[in-house]
Amino acid sequence: MSEVTDLTVAGLAARIAAGEVRAWDAAHACLDRIRLHDARLHAFHTVATEQALERAGALDAARERGDVTGLLHGVPIALKDNLCTRGIETTASSRILEGFVPPYNATVVDCLEAAGAVIIGKTNLDEFAMGSSTENSAYGPSRNPWAHDRTPGGSSGGSAVAVAARMSPGALGSDTGGSIRQPAALTGVVGLKPTYGRVSRYGLLAFASSLDQIGPFGRTAEDVALLLEIIAGADARDATSAPEPVPPYRAALTGNVKGLRIGIPHDVLHEGVDGAVLAAFNASIDVLRGRGAQIVDVTLPHTKYGIPIYYLIATAEASSNLARYDGVRYGYRARAENAGREGDGRSEDRPLQVMYERTRDEGFGTEVKRRIMLGTYVLSHGYYDAYYLKAQQVRTLLRQDYDEAFRAAEVIAMPTTPTPAFKLGEKTDDPLQMYLADIFTVSANLVGVPAISVPCGFSPDRLPLGMQLTGPMFDEATLLRAADAFQRDTDHHLQSPPL
Amino acid sequence: MSASLSREDVLRVAELAHLDLTADEVELFTRQLAGILEYVEQIRELNTSGVAPTTQGMNRPVERDDVPLAPLERSQALANAPDAAPESGLFKVPRVMG
Repeated sequence: MSEVTDLTVAGLAARIAAGEVRAWDAAHACLDRIRLHDARLHAFHTVATEQALERAGALDAARERGDVTGLLHGVPIALKDNLCTRGIETTASSRILEGFVPPYNATVVDCLEAAGAVIIGKTNLDEFAMGSSTENSAYGPSRNPWAHDRTPGGSSGGSAVAVAARMSPGALGSDTGGSIRQPAALTGVVGLKPTYGRVSRYGLLAFASSLDQIGPFGRTAEDVALLLEIIAGADARDATSAPEPVPPYRAALTGNVKGLRIGIPHDVLHEGVDGAVLAAFNASIDVLRGRGAQIVDVTLPHTKYGIPIYYLIATAEASSNLARYDGVRYGYRARAENAGREGDGRSEDRPLQVMYERTRDEGFGTEVKRRIMLGTYVLSHGYYDAYYLKAQQVRTLLRQDYDEAFRAAEVIAMPTTPTPAFKLGEKTDDPLQMYLADIFTVSANLVGVPAISVPCGFSPDRLPLGMQLTGPMFDEATLLRAADAFQRDTDHHLQSPPL
Repeated sequence: MSASLSREDVLRVAELAHLDLTADEVELFTRQLAGILEYVEQIRELNTSGVAPTTQGMNRPVERDDVPLAPLERSQALANAPDAAPESGLFKVPRVMG
């Protein structure tokens, strides 16, 4: 038998249910692998060793009594550290939340636990999910298991690394502008951003509320389908969660894509796309064509405005969401002796105000402050119409592009990222260059539609590449069907990083 | 509108955002935010007159019955506070008035 850590989520669940693998052994195998590799890769912020082993032991005892909790009975799952976990520190990789132990679970955590999952740990991210490389984590970057001098992408870089390096068979992340799909592509795993509203955001530390969505990572489309089935659905605690029924996503994985119309937006694939990325993408389209898919042309003329409007809308929403971190109710508070450090006399006049301002300056990292500043500026008097309102109007135009494209095609395909994984430090001094790493992914968040990244090849120096498939609102089933069909004919997802 | 951004603009926005930026940060953000604003200015080339803004992720009425649920226990709500008086059930903050 192969190593337990080589099993997929579905494979491990089946073995545990059949009594061939114990949940305790599965958890132990993951923890061993974390111990072996994570000092170098830094996928995890918190490894929940004791809780995971205790829970796995309890699930084994339950199974021996004939009591199987659910579809994930005993399967370890890693969680991005911006998802609240009762009793386990949740930091969003920010100093401002250091030591914060939530008194409640995010709804997705309750869903996973009700299905029998074992929470193995909390994964590293760009602070408050703001970034594309995990280099903005206050606790240090994660490293790409395929090349340790490169980033795994971000912001859910830790979750992607955990799955790519076989430290956990599955994981959850969040995606505001590509934060699941981009790291999935750069580490060679599958990542799905569901339709806006498909998964409850209750207990997700908010970044940009009209764009944020929680979604799964796995090595196969089947695993991602299984995890989505478990976490999707309406939730009274999130007013934006959607009442649409949750279909049995795994039942959609028929392998049949005959006649499926896949649209290629050639107008967005011109500039700045790496040659190896385009070659792998074109070869992947040939695979789908070989399975009977019908390839058609579509256009998405407003795609080039995606990054500008994303950075106006996301930062505006973030400046509002992050106002709650003020050093009063949770997390970090600036020490009293820091007040008045510039000797400006203000601390005597307004000690509370000074505490707020010092706490936020010391507690937030540079990228978070940069975005709060941009968002506050674009919402401020005299600039609102020119920036924020205008961006919302262009968001409508972008949505109309997708409405039009989905009349000609059921799925839109493009590369997930313009380049393979970049080097640590390569883009940290230039925020704009970092933002452009998300050029193909931000549109799905702005439009609200679901999108999946599936491993589609390697660069000449053996860095993983991803293909992104985007579908109409609430049609995750078709994306998963196409991604699964593609994986039946390819072995990119079966390659292991050299550790 | 020009994308130029002055040091005074940055200081004014920092005050709105409750951020006590260091002198280095003021200098850095003045430069970087001007660059980002110059980049986003490209949306001005689009004619959007008469285009309705997309203001939220979904366009559907969200209503529910107004049923009170059990709130967080007061002790739990205070458990993460940097400073609190649990016996009185209060968060503690620096003096508010002079």
